[in-house]
Amino acid sequence: MTWEAIGWYVIGAFGLFIFLSITVMFLTWIERKFLARIQQRMGPMRVGPHGTLQPIADVIKLITKEDILPSWTDKPIYWLAPLAIFIPAIAIWVTIPFSETLVLQNLDLGLLYIAAISVLSVLGLVMAGWGSANKYSMLGGLRAVGQLISYEIPFIMAILGVAILSQSLSLIDIVNDQSAIANIIVQPLGFLIFLAAGLAELGRTPFDIHHAESEVVGGPFVEYSGAHWAIIQLAEYVNTFAIAALIAILFLGGWSWPSMPFTGITNDFLSLVWFLIKIYAVILLIFWIRGTFPRLRIDQLMSFGWKVLVPVSFINIVFTAIIRFYNLHWSILTVISLISIGIIFYLIYKTPQKSRKKDSIRIISAKDAVNNPPKNYGDINVR
Amino acid sequence: MKISENINESGSTVDMLINMGPQHPSTHGVFRLVLQLDGELIVDAEPHIGYLHRGSEKLCETESYSQVVTLFDRLDYVANLNSELAYCMAVEKLLELQIPDRAWYIRTILCELNRISSHMLFYGVYGLDVGAMTPVLYGFRERERIQSLFEQVTGARMMHNYIRIGGVKEDTPPEFNGNLHTVVLELEKAIEECDELLTQNEAFLARTKNISCLTIEDAIDFGVTGPILRSTGLVEDVRISEPYGIYDRFDFGIPIGSTGDCWDRYYIRMQEMRESLSIIKQAIKQMEPGEVQAKMRRIVRPPKGECFVRTESPRGDLGVFLVSDGSQNPYRVKVRAPSFANLQAIKHMLEGVYVADAVVILGSLDIVLGEVDR
Repeated sequence: MTWEAIGWYVIGAFGLFIFLSITVMFLTWIERKFLARIQQRMGPMRVGPHGTLQPIADVIKLITKEDILPSWTDKPIYWLAPLAIFIPAIAIWVTIPFSETLVLQNLDLGLLYIAAISVLSVLGLVMAGWGSANKYSMLGGLRAVGQLISYEIPFIMAILGVAILSQSLSLIDIVNDQSAIANIIVQPLGFLIFLAAGLAELGRTPFDIHHAESEVVGGPFVEYSGAHWAIIQLAEYVNTFAIAALIAILFLGGWSWPSMPFTGITNDFLSLVWFLIKIYAVILLIFWIRGTFPRLRIDQLMSFGWKVLVPVSFINIVFTAIIRFYNLHWSILTVISLISIGIIFYLIYKTPQKSRKKDSIRIISAKDAVNNPPKNYGDINVR
Repeated sequence: MKISENINESGSTVDMLINMGPQHPSTHGVFRLVLQLDGELIVDAEPHIGYLHRGSEKLCETESYSQVVTLFDRLDYVANLNSELAYCMAVEKLLELQIPDRAWYIRTILCELNRISSHMLFYGVYGLDVGAMTPVLYGFRERERIQSLFEQVTGARMMHNYIRIGGVKEDTPPEFNGNLHTVVLELEKAIEECDELLTQNEAFLARTKNISCLTIEDAIDFGVTGPILRSTGLVEDVRISEPYGIYDRFDFGIPIGSTGDCWDRYYIRMQEMRESLSIIKQAIKQMEPGEVQAKMRRIVRPPKGECFVRTESPRGDLGVFLVSDGSQNPYRVKVRAPSFANLQAIKHMLEGVYVADAVVILGSLDIVLGEVDR
């Protein structure tokens, strides 16, 4: 490799880092505004028009804040943990393309690389949990691991389904393969699995179990403050953006679907815009879920992962492989996917709560209760 | 963290002791819960109270009868008017006062509104406890409407000091009726909206259904009252079993649960808000102009004796035991706080559940620490 090539990589990586940092700042503003709309309030309004400069104020505040080191911490682990969270988050972006040419390094095994790197950030969570010498952090870190083993398999299986369809692990090939029909139409089931597993990977509602504020008070990040906390937050949002981009690439057809009737530089520019619109649509979907859903319990996430997502992703892969092997029409897979989604939702709706309806509450009129008290009133055995 | 802390001499792991509170976001005030954890499961739980102890009951003995009302404001600071009412009723019972009808209607309307605002707060923070962040803002929006109505009537948003011995402080302002009407209409819509947002949510059902089911026997043993007792299936509401004031003039329903789980406790409160609204609407229709204060001497000096009154506060059976020695100050005031009794059941409820459930169960009890510690 020549020095010139290395220089370009360094410039590219630096540019990517700047782009991601600015995007993250913008994302925090979008999230706060969007959640505020859901919750009937204004969100940040003071710094800049409609609070657009709020992220900058936040960054300045976080950087100038005192970085507190609690006594009892395992110092090296405590200081390294934010980096262990942050580096994988950035490293994923090496191979995520923005267009046919706008990519730092397209890897032929891009999907494998992403699946491998994305797991690493959990190591950082465990390190933060252990290093903080705080029992809540510890619980949070252990929860993150428990979460990992339940969502990682469906996450990779959903990726595999796409790879079987496109016969490639390179992200650009996958996008180009979808120029006729996007994977979300062929594999709605795979999309839902990937979305659920992706939310669990991000630790976002309803799977924000490892930093649940009402239970473990922020989990592994309880003790962090100042710049270290800022780095952790940066990594969280970079990950959110990465998962949204992956969904846009793997299932929404990236920049190539539906294909646009332009050529040359216009086409390049418009497809980039089109791709970003898709990413932000997915991000808003993630924020929307955050605004409306409660949090699941760790055992519920695990049973959801193992009892629902894993078998379903097997079904997805097997049928995709069959369709691919016999060169059947893609619409058969769509129908099979939709039927399985219907069955899953029916089963979820039926199983966990037998008496789910409001009928477990009955309303007794006060007059009735006074005149003829209910039967069980008298025959209660008081110990 | 030291590894040795979690492993004993033989090399096996030991249970982890974790301190939940007094500084914890979801202990609803300064409540401390020492949890013994085996991984995520709770082996044992030890509640500690007393962080908000102000000696209210003792303080009551140093104040004159009419001054004590302000202390009762600070017991259940989420439903101030209901606490005021309990105390005033006790003094009135000693004095054998006849309270004018209009005063009772104002009291009833305000107390039922306060029940709604208290349940709205519960709705919001319960949403937070299960991890949903939106309900709390919807709950507070509704609470705000009621709070500003209170401000118009009583002059204060929280510590009203409005219900007085022998009636209420003053008649309602002229614009009260119109504002009350709009608030009732808005609340009707808002309760439906809140109901849609959370009640049938799949994740919410998964988190609350069949969690910490309480049997009728256990509930009675622990002295649990209010929505938690009704969620077990027992029909017990002071407003119907020992009707006080003018509650016998209204036609309203009592929501009764069947399983005694967290969801039932939640939904009973949602239904209670609807029933409270229907009481308010009936009261508006029946209310007529008139006196709001009974004829009585300025200095309250009840005859020697003692009495106990029960009222239905949003949290349950709020009782006041009052002893008078014939002087200007009460000789003894004992408050039977529903939160305190309800909280006793927490140790029983927390056996063998997950840490995350502990938060939900504590939230479903809807305690107010000002009332627990006094």
